[in-house]
Amino acid sequence: MLSNLGSILVFLILGLSLLIIYNAFLDIKNNNQTIKKNIYNLSLFQITFTIMSFFTLLAGFIFSDFSIINVYENSHTTKPLFYKVAGSWGNHEGSLLLWINILVLFSYLFLIFNHKHNKKFRLYTLIFQNFLILGFVIFLILNSNPFSSIFPVPLEGMGLNPILQDPALAIHPPLLYIGFVGCSIYFSAAIASILSEYNGKQFALAIKSWVYISWTFQTLGIIVGSIWAYYELGWGGFWFWDPVENASLLPWFAITALMHSVMVLEKRNTLYEWVIILCLLTFILSVTGTFLVRSGILNSVHTFANDPSRGLYILLFLSLMIFTSVIIFFKERKKESYDFNLNSKETFILTNNWFMIFFLATVLIGTLYPIFLDVLTNAKISVGPPFYNIVIIPLVIPLLFLMTLGPQFGWINSKKERLYKTLYVLVGAITINLFIFYFFENYGFYVNLILITATFLVLHSVLDAKKSFKSKKKFEFSRIISHLGFGLLVFFIGVNHQHSVEIDFNLKTGQKKKLDNYEIYFENVSIEQNKNYKSVIGRFEIIELKNKNIQYLSPEIRIYTNPETLTYEAAIKTRINSDLYLTMSNVSRSDFYNIKFQNKPLMIWVWISAFIIALGGLIQFIQKKNEN
Amino acid sequence: MKINFFKIIIFSFITFFLLVFWLGLKKDNSYNTTNLIGNKISSFQLASIHNSDLISDELLKQNEFTLINIFASWCAPCRLEHKYLIKLANQNRNVKILGINFKDKKNNALNFLNKLGNPYNFVAEDLDGKASILFGTYGVPESILVDKELTIIKKIIGPIGQRQFEEILKLTQ
Repeated sequence: MLSNLGSILVFLILGLSLLIIYNAFLDIKNNNQTIKKNIYNLSLFQITFTIMSFFTLLAGFIFSDFSIINVYENSHTTKPLFYKVAGSWGNHEGSLLLWINILVLFSYLFLIFNHKHNKKFRLYTLIFQNFLILGFVIFLILNSNPFSSIFPVPLEGMGLNPILQDPALAIHPPLLYIGFVGCSIYFSAAIASILSEYNGKQFALAIKSWVYISWTFQTLGIIVGSIWAYYELGWGGFWFWDPVENASLLPWFAITALMHSVMVLEKRNTLYEWVIILCLLTFILSVTGTFLVRSGILNSVHTFANDPSRGLYILLFLSLMIFTSVIIFFKERKKESYDFNLNSKETFILTNNWFMIFFLATVLIGTLYPIFLDVLTNAKISVGPPFYNIVIIPLVIPLLFLMTLGPQFGWINSKKERLYKTLYVLVGAITINLFIFYFFENYGFYVNLILITATFLVLHSVLDAKKSFKSKKKFEFSRIISHLGFGLLVFFIGVNHQHSVEIDFNLKTGQKKKLDNYEIYFENVSIEQNKNYKSVIGRFEIIELKNKNIQYLSPEIRIYTNPETLTYEAAIKTRINSDLYLTMSNVSRSDFYNIKFQNKPLMIWVWISAFIIALGGLIQFIQKKNEN
Repeated sequence: MKINFFKIIIFSFITFFLLVFWLGLKKDNSYNTTNLIGNKISSFQLASIHNSDLISDELLKQNEFTLINIFASWCAPCRLEHKYLIKLANQNRNVKILGINFKDKKNNALNFLNKLGNPYNFVAEDLDGKASILFGTYGVPESILVDKELTIIKKIIGPIGQRQFEEILKLTQ
């Protein structure tokens, strides 16, 4: 029943897309200034049916309708409701439906929120957005239909992978999708802008809000994913330079560059071509990322069951997208002249772009090189953290430095006296770093330079924030917040990286282990039966020898029944100054447990500063909406 | 017509990327050590489980064929394949069998051999499982058949059954 309803809705979306494209083409030829009513109506129907189709799938999961293969494969009656809901996008087919939902949603919102802009531009955007929708709906129908039915109807489902049963992971895909798929709208808008010659400042105004909102969601999605890795994977790390993480980082670099360039385009009406390239690149990288993850070319926690035909379709679609956009770009582009004053704000904003493109290229090479090598020479290698650390860390120092200096320059030209203030701040940053050095008694050349420049950025941002509050120049505020967040993030990661403690050892219940600053006592093990898993819970007493502070930690080993899997849940005590992180795993055929103990200073502040970065984007978005 | 090199470069670049992706798709990239056939095994040196002798690749060069069998006392499929190893030891004089005891306790391993019989000409120990990585092992049981030049002729992942047993006999005639 639900399965039929869902399939019908998907076909309706397909039909409506075709109708919208046809009607929009007819309407472009009309000379009147307003878009015809029927296009609005068709779009409204399209978004309604799309949302309905998603709710149909959701209903299938909530009521455990196992006649739908997708529900049967990814759900189970004993699963808590929250994970039944999250299960609907925790698999390839369901997530593709979510993807289409966001495509359609952005298409509709762009149509109704942009009346001030040129009609031809809006219609072309709608047409290209609907071509994208069409492509993905056809993919869904041919290859990945979440509504395929199964007969006879199974009595019980196979369950969701336990590693995915985590609150952070339940919201990670929707956030990331809004971020990545949201880019589609300015991909379409960029092509539309070239075709309708609606360029320059006007184009910047039309896409700005969309860039901010998708940037914010991408940032949030990446943060939540990394929080999940920290809590769930039990290694105590939060970024692994895993190819799939990299795939999410690639569009983020492009969109961050875009976000900065679009400001230049708006204020100075220059860089139009570059902004177009970034618009196209961001979405192309998003789809490339999807291809890498879904085709099974990369193996990782994100890879769903592999199916080569799936990869082939995405690849075809990707090629079509790239070639269409590049051909249109080359054919229709107008020569642009650049007149730049070197000592001005746009130079510094462009500096950001140089860094972003460098990081983008580095991560792209690191991610694709193993694939290329494997295909071309059969050699298997993996590129890991050492590569990224060597290439990226030194470049972070000038980046932080320029992030502080850049915004101090006026739009066209700047005064010299501000430099003095900046110098004082730099001296302050070096002094603070000396204190940190003195306190931790640990020296690393790069880490110290990074800490100095990060502190420099943080202090300066705080001063700027004070000034902007006084002078009521609000448009600066979001920039200050994001830059402050980034400075803090790098600072905390630096301290965290340099001063973390990690120790592995084996322990029996009742035994004590003495470390430099800690004493760990393994009190006992208890067994608990939960709704869909059984857990073995260890109880540990951790005594900090310096201040006689006692903490209790209870890591778990969970034994899930559907499907049968073991997961190790870390016990984490989050405190203002540091996280205590403890995981235990059983050693087969012995009474010993393998214990991994970590002390991670200032961990909570890493998350807080990452959220501050995202907050900046949100503030910018809200301000732009109010201006309009 | 004017040739625009910039455009040509961009298009060839994109085409190249997409082509590699396409080839990558067709490639089976699950980790599979069976394609090691034809390669030589790397040189190794392991301690014998019985005494303080060293077992190295030099020793295998004296045999017509050697079957390197990676086993452990805690591994149930190893018990399953054990009777075929014994049959092989009794039937085929061309093949010598080197057992590598993988992530095991010495006493358990010796008990295992006492109880089920010892088909191995040599037994080496690899208590922390590190040496087995050299052989491209990713689980137990696994068997590698090499010839006099130490070239891998056959690789069996999982237990040896009747079919694999006959295949080994055929290869070592």
